[in-house]
Amino acid sequence: MLTLDALDKVYKTGTFGTSDLHAVRQVSLDVQRGEVVSLIGESGSGKSTIGKMVLHLLDSTGGSITFDGRDVTRLGFRARRDYYRKVQGVFQDPFSSFNPIFKVDRTFETLRRSYFPRVSGAAWRQKLEEALGAVTLEPGDILGKFPHQLSGGQLQRLLIARALLLDIELLVADEIISMLDASTRIDVLNLLGELKSRGLGILFVTHDLSLGNYVSDRVVILYKGRVVERGATSAVFDDPLHPYTRDLLASVPHLDRTWEEVEAEESRRSARLAGRCLFHEALAAQGRSLGEEAAAGSASGTADDVGLVEHAPGHFVGCFRKAADEECPAG
Amino acid sequence: MRKGNVMTATQPAAAPGTEVAEQPGATPAPSAGRKPGGDARETLYFALRNPKVVIGSVVVLAFLLLGLLGPLFLRFAPMDYAGPPMAPPSADFPFGTTTFGQDVFAQFVAGLRSTFLVGLLGGGVAAVIGMTIGFVAGYRGGMIDELLNMLTNVVLVIPGFVVLIIINAYLGVRSVPMQALYIGVFSWPWVARAVRAQTLSLRSRDFIDLARLSGVGVGTILRREVAPNMYSYLFMTFVLLFGGSILTAASLDFIGLGPTNAMSLGLMMNQAVQWSALHLGLWWWFIPPGLGITLIVGSLYIMNVGLDEVFNPKLREM
Ligand SMILES: Nc1ncnc2c1ncn2[C@@H]1O[C@H](COP(=O)(O)OP(=O)(O)O)[C@@H](O)[C@H]1O
Ligand SMILES: [Mg+2]
Repeated sequence: MLTLDALDKVYKTGTFGTSDLHAVRQVSLDVQRGEVVSLIGESGSGKSTIGKMVLHLLDSTGGSITFDGRDVTRLGFRARRDYYRKVQGVFQDPFSSFNPIFKVDRTFETLRRSYFPRVSGAAWRQKLEEALGAVTLEPGDILGKFPHQLSGGQLQRLLIARALLLDIELLVADEIISMLDASTRIDVLNLLGELKSRGLGILFVTHDLSLGNYVSDRVVILYKGRVVERGATSAVFDDPLHPYTRDLLASVPHLDRTWEEVEAEESRRSARLAGRCLFHEALAAQGRSLGEEAAAGSASGTADDVGLVEHAPGHFVGCFRKAADEECPAG
Repeated sequence: MRKGNVMTATQPAAAPGTEVAEQPGATPAPSAGRKPGGDARETLYFALRNPKVVIGSVVVLAFLLLGLLGPLFLRFAPMDYAGPPMAPPSADFPFGTTTFGQDVFAQFVAGLRSTFLVGLLGGGVAAVIGMTIGFVAGYRGGMIDELLNMLTNVVLVIPGFVVLIIINAYLGVRSVPMQALYIGVFSWPWVARAVRAQTLSLRSRDFIDLARLSGVGVGTILRREVAPNMYSYLFMTFVLLFGGSILTAASLDFIGLGPTNAMSLGLMMNQAVQWSALHLGLWWWFIPPGLGITLIVGSLYIMNVGLDEVFNPKLREM
């Protein structure tokens, strides 16, 4: 449904935009209906930038965004309005998502004025109560309150309800539970599962590996703006290939296995993959020598070098260097 | 006043950025920082109990009423040769007469009108220009911001008063609105800068992005989401611009560059000095306009300080 192809984002920083910050490099991924795709990466890796480009809150610098086969990389105001009927977002900080001087109802009112100006008051009320019910909120507890009178979990669910009012097909959820208490996290997570079973596609942005594991069908691992590995959640988590993914997974506790088992498996894998790069091996296997590749790479920028190869069906991995400007460990 | 202080002491002084989740049903926190719309009644409550706001607005309103209603009781026009020259205040001429026997009170009332007109128009023009530029620059960012910033800085470094003198000298200012327009056109840069800075910090908040996700245009977002967070600030800005315009106009009038077809407080002082009212001891000629301007502008500034306390709960305790 949603496809990103070689998406790039360069921020102009410094006075007069003199220096460039390459926040997102050649990111390709896709999200299908009824599927949760987790975009996992540490803070500053460019996750929010990708989310905002999908939501057209930021312009992309290069690459393309396709929605249901239609190119939506550049949209005018009208087209963007239509796009937002199908694609909505929820952000990390629920308190910053509401204008603090107004009651929370106004967020819904804004949506109504914009998209449902002809819906009668009673019909709207009905629709609103349905949406609130879907996120297990009591309208009586919520409406007429100021944001600071509600909890983060309630606000976050309100924002999901807001998105549901539009019959969306894709939800971009940017770290929507990282600021919530453990007790309300699970409610919101289960809600996402529920939305998924209704056929929504969800791009779930998180820096928390275990959350990615819990909710998603597929994961995309991002490092410094580059996708280093992606694939089915079980494939990536059971057989992480890229050094960064392996480091990341080694640093989180596993509930179902002891530390020793994990250690042992990881050291076996490290020994097997040390000094290698599956990406360049695969390229070489395709009949292109590393020398040619490097020559082509330095001639035409690094476009080829930030791509991915399909190591196993549905399991993609990029060059084993970490940062984009490092050397490939295979030389 | 005591009661007001007791009230404020019990209010939690929450900083704007540090809102914590409260239990539903807890009492609403007072409007913190730039949050006037949170409870307009509460703002009014504190405003009416702030002596600076009350005194300032009473003085300004009193002069405004005098300017508006005064002409109903006047028997002479400002420039009429109405009575004996150089007469001290009396029942017939409450503020006395000038060297030519003009009624000083009639001039004073007419001057008040132009003073308020200059404040309102000059302040209004500056507020509209400054806020529009500030909002657009802060919200759009990028190239537009840089261009507008350049424009702001250019106008900022132009010695506005000197330019006003030149404009007045060459083009000649015939009417009060014309003068107000010129003043307004040169006094907006600091407003643009301040509004831009505040808009910039508001723009990065997620509720702006959510408004965009609601398919709403830039104008609506600025009007419905950004500006309401700054109402108190915008109001205070206008009060300062109002006072500033009055002062600038008075200075121009005083040095003889005032409107040619109207009376103003500055013009009265200019004439008083020209006809040596000081040496002749005609204190009733120059004291009323001088005191009038001082009181109006002074009250506006005091009011502004009081409003700051009203809108910013952290200052209320003082
Ligand atoms: N508006 C911006 N201007 C310049 N740089 C930015 C801007 N927004 C984000 N960045 C930079 O882009 C990089 C990625 O940021 P972001 O997408 O927010 O990461 P994440 O959401 O993964 O923490 C960071 O290095 C950040 O400093
Ligand atoms: Mg982020």
